[in-house]
Amino acid sequence: MISTTITIENAEGLHLRPAQMLADAAGKFASDITLRTGDGGEANVKSVLGVIALGLEKGATITLTADGEDEAAALEAVAELFAKGFGEQP
Amino acid sequence: MSEIRITGIGVSEGIRFGQTYFYAAAASGEEAYRESIAEHEREAELERLEAAKRAAMEDLRRIIDKAEQTLGKEKSMILQGQQSFLNDPAFYGEIRNAVSKRLCSPEKAVKQVVAQLAELFEKMNNAYVKERIHDIRDVADRLMSHLRQEAYPDLMQIREPVILVADDLTPSVTAQLDRNYILGFVTRLGGETTHTAILSRSLGIPAVVGTGDAFGRLRHGQSVILDGGEGCCIIHPEAETVEAYKRKQEKEQERAAMLERFKRKPARTADGARVELAVNIGTPEEVRDETVEEAEGVGLFRTEFLFMNADRFPDEEIQFQAYKRVVERWQGKPVVIRTLDIGGDKELSYWNLPKESNPFLGMRAVRLCLHERELFKTQLRAILRASAYGNAKIMFPMVSSMQEFRQAKAIAEEVKRELAEKEVAFNEAIEIGIMAEVPSVIQMADRFAKEVDFFSIGTNDLVQYTLAVDRMNEKVAHLYDYFHPAVLRSIQSLIAAAHRERKWVGMCGKMAGDPLAAPLLLAMGLDEWSMDAASLVKQKHALARLSLAECKELLAEIIDMDTADEVRSRMAAFREEKSKAFADVQA
Repeated sequence: MISTTITIENAEGLHLRPAQMLADAAGKFASDITLRTGDGGEANVKSVLGVIALGLEKGATITLTADGEDEAAALEAVAELFAKGFGEQP
Repeated sequence: MSEIRITGIGVSEGIRFGQTYFYAAAASGEEAYRESIAEHEREAELERLEAAKRAAMEDLRRIIDKAEQTLGKEKSMILQGQQSFLNDPAFYGEIRNAVSKRLCSPEKAVKQVVAQLAELFEKMNNAYVKERIHDIRDVADRLMSHLRQEAYPDLMQIREPVILVADDLTPSVTAQLDRNYILGFVTRLGGETTHTAILSRSLGIPAVVGTGDAFGRLRHGQSVILDGGEGCCIIHPEAETVEAYKRKQEKEQERAAMLERFKRKPARTADGARVELAVNIGTPEEVRDETVEEAEGVGLFRTEFLFMNADRFPDEEIQFQAYKRVVERWQGKPVVIRTLDIGGDKELSYWNLPKESNPFLGMRAVRLCLHERELFKTQLRAILRASAYGNAKIMFPMVSSMQEFRQAKAIAEEVKRELAEKEVAFNEAIEIGIMAEVPSVIQMADRFAKEVDFFSIGTNDLVQYTLAVDRMNEKVAHLYDYFHPAVLRSIQSLIAAAHRERKWVGMCGKMAGDPLAAPLLLAMGLDEWSMDAASLVKQKHALARLSLAECKELLAEIIDMDTADEVRSRMAAFREEKSKAFADVQA
């Protein structure tokens, strides 16, 4: 099991489109990927509804955890989406 | 199979023969389903759930294909979102878990998961995300209907003529009904003056609502007769019944042909006085060309349908184009544009207004607009810009105090100044009036009359607020009557107060189109009568038999009565006298 901590940088936060992108990316891996917030919120990254229900805005800090045989690649793929701001125009 | 007759409230006239089509009853949740299942049923129930999901997916795929052609890519994206929810661990995964781990019935599991998600989404700050709950509910309803093996049609899927059967139809769904395929509809809920009823009349779709418990006899695919005038629906009619209704339908058509003769003539009383008849409209497209010729203007343009048939707030340009289309189409005839009247029973899918325990006394119409200033200004800007292209007037709904009117008017003045600074064309002298539908306006009519340019009486709400009768509640519906003397006195005193200040008074509620009420409104001096297009010709026909002098006598007699029943029976007797005198088909 591996984890990384990330701050949400994209302007629109984790709304429908970014959540959809996360779920699509996470769905390609066998590992369980979990997103945890500072205040105890938790969601399965493969669930669009679970992620948007957290209502995360720009500036929030989250922890991503991947657990499974392809955990390293899974975490990298998901973290990259955050790093690229989900392709939003800056 | 012997015939079954169920009755309700006929809200839109017409006789139709057809097959029933059951629409989205799942949302009602009224029908019983069991809550839990036995251990040994688990596999079978999971398979039933899986089959329902596959069927729902298949539905969506088909709808998306069609939507891409008819509605464009953007609308079809919404449906793709729904498809992904159907695969979502937080939705479908949770439902499956509830069945396999807690032995909930699939129906119960769907309900539970939707309730949990709804609670979660309710708390969200972001309006866009909050709206997604409507998609979740839609998907859940679809899943539920497949569990129950009922059709969950998207109205666009219906491609053969049917009689729609639904627990209730929302105004936004009704607005999408296509006359080519929906012969008529029957609902369990609803009353005479809901917006759904109003819409069905303006679309010319026969409808029976509020059938109550008897609704339970209706099934998908039954052959029925629907009579929107009588307010009944006959399931599996006998051959004689069919014959009788065929004859009745022919008679209706004969009467329609008789009324047709009045179409081209302006409304005139027997003694030659002209009466200004206008129409109520909801969308720019809804009106037929002949109506534009037949009526003398639009007494009420309900702008909310522009907002209801969208998935986001229409921006200034979209609104401007719509208002411009209407005023241009009416070529200089007056068009009274009512500012947004949302709240009460009218909701927007993309604007989650907090639930109120008493919405009709709550944050609705102009109250909401004064609160959402930018939204209001956008609409006023669009109307003012359109006023450069025709005879637009502005009307504020649900005004209850002078202060509200002054605030709303001040915002309109502010928008005018901003437009003038930018040298955008608009009509500087545009008339600004209010709906008279709250009793406080009647009481203060002398004061309002000094500041407004006109009044338009909204009888539906005026009756509801004056008599303290909820117009949606079937149990008290019998108390709801615009022939109640208190309502008649209110209308009379308002018109008198307005005329003292040389202001005109219109009426845009259902009463304006009721031939039975015509003698009273004529005697009171109502200036503009605005109704659904189908009522125009009936009202012309009624007016042609009346003379002002005898109506004034009748009014003096009526206004002295104690009860609505007395008034009604006197009015019916008067109409009887008239039809004898004019000896033609009963109007």
